[in-house]
Amino acid sequence: MKYILKKAVMMILTLFVVSILVFLAFNLIPGDPAARKLGTEATPAQLENLREEMGLNDPLVVRYLRWAGGFVKGDMGDSYTYGPVEKLIADKVPITITLALMAFVIMTIISIPLGIYAARNKGGFIDRIIVVTDQVVMSVPPFFAGILITLIFGLILKLFVPGKFVSYNRDPAGFFAYLLFPAIAIALPKSAMTVKLLRGSVIEEIGRDYARTAYSRGNDTRQVLYRHILKNAMIPVVTFMGMALADMVSGSIVIEQVFNIPGLGRMLLTSINNRDYPVVEAIIMGISIMVMTVNFMVDVIYRIIDPRIDAVD
Amino acid sequence: MSALVSNTAASQAGGDVWQGRARSLEISGLNVYYKNNKKSIFEKRTLTHAVKDVDLVMYKGEVLGLAGESGCGKSSLARTIVGINKNYTGTIKKTDPYPQMIFQDPYGSLNPCGKVGWILKESLRADRKKRRSEEEMDMRIRKAMEDVELPVDFLERYPSQLSGGQRQRVSIALSLVQDPEILIADEPVSALDVTIQAQILRLLDDLHRKLDLSILFISHDLRVVYNICDHVAVMRNGIIEEYGETDCVYRNPRAEYTRELLRSAGI
Repeated sequence: MKYILKKAVMMILTLFVVSILVFLAFNLIPGDPAARKLGTEATPAQLENLREEMGLNDPLVVRYLRWAGGFVKGDMGDSYTYGPVEKLIADKVPITITLALMAFVIMTIISIPLGIYAARNKGGFIDRIIVVTDQVVMSVPPFFAGILITLIFGLILKLFVPGKFVSYNRDPAGFFAYLLFPAIAIALPKSAMTVKLLRGSVIEEIGRDYARTAYSRGNDTRQVLYRHILKNAMIPVVTFMGMALADMVSGSIVIEQVFNIPGLGRMLLTSINNRDYPVVEAIIMGISIMVMTVNFMVDVIYRIIDPRIDAVD
Repeated sequence: MSALVSNTAASQAGGDVWQGRARSLEISGLNVYYKNNKKSIFEKRTLTHAVKDVDLVMYKGEVLGLAGESGCGKSSLARTIVGINKNYTGTIKKTDPYPQMIFQDPYGSLNPCGKVGWILKESLRADRKKRRSEEEMDMRIRKAMEDVELPVDFLERYPSQLSGGQRQRVSIALSLVQDPEILIADEPVSALDVTIQAQILRLLDDLHRKLDLSILFISHDLRVVYNICDHVAVMRNGIIEEYGETDCVYRNPRAEYTRELLRSAGI
């Protein structure tokens, strides 16, 4: 309990630091939001009025507190062109989260059985194929995998229509079907890494003394593997998978471009291009919150599966 | 093939008191091999011949010492008896419940992810020849904990929360729950502090008397072997060089290698 509390406090502190950095970064960038909003035709008096109205003349600390306070209350400020930010990103967040979660599920389904199988049959023909394939897949970046998938599954095999995204409230099945391929593109390299890690971890645990002890009591390989080894072998893998999930949230930015998905990532890039800083700030904060929540959950899960932390604590 | 020098009391002065007693383990013509790891793909996989043509008998209720330098095949022999190592030829006749083993390193031999109670129960579940009820398992676990003189609330602890001596007691309890006739103790004290060593040795000796256990005591420490063993077998390069009653072997070693060992131990 104390441990979880400690991690929660750490998370809030980290978020605080991130928010300061984000705020400072966008306030130090040269350029006047008021001037940007009014265009080149504005008179100095109009500019001054708008600055006053937007609170740009207040000291930095006051502006930060206003921004951060609003953020806590769910008011993320106004986009320079499209009105309140929270409304803008409200329907983008589920898309990005769904994409990341799908990628995570795919990664889990692919990599855990493969990793265990490869470890059990270490040195065998199929294991070698897995190891080599793994090495190749690992080094393919998601955007390239995305392009290949679009080409092969979209344009040649016609399993989906590239660019024809369906909104989830219009056609949930179509929405998931469209996200499947981008999710695979994100999942592939991470799956390869997980397979490699799990394979190594299981092989290492098989050689441990307690596994040998379990054998000596009359267990067969299967029992030793699933009842004794797996829990230990999963400890480093869970950590990695947590980091992978966090990475998938932020990594979907690129893949959303490749597959034309109107998620947070797409919006982030558009807003950067338009210099719509309130939106950019909100999205960066949103992504950091998601990443940190995932890390927090990993810490909690880690705590549950690894009693050894308890002893050092 | 083996250069076995039989040093039974029978060959020296009147019969071995143990001869004719019930046997709990009989090994004959045992050869154990290990596959070596290939260093490159061009190399052929070679085999190490760890145990060569060994014959060995354990009488019911005796403590048999197995001595020899490290790498001589003691542990390979032990592992083959408990069934971890399946690459062997020859016959091993063992009684049911099968022999159980206590390992050298009490830090690594317990699953770090399980509480002591779980580890003990797993050991019972591993014995698939018998289906035991939950109550019977609990009873056996409590009895084993009592036998090794550990309080029952240790069942709720993780191995990492125990000291080396406590862990070794858990290891012993772990091998006792299946109620075996033979205990194989592979250097059970060499990873422990000297004071703890004495305690564990005393515990093993008590258990041997109380439960009428046969113990195969593997050690490189000839003094300990002398103190607790009825018979001793001296092993070298996978061969049993000498076997006999402990007294006879220590007083009148036949094999040159035994003499060497005794000399270096200062006996």
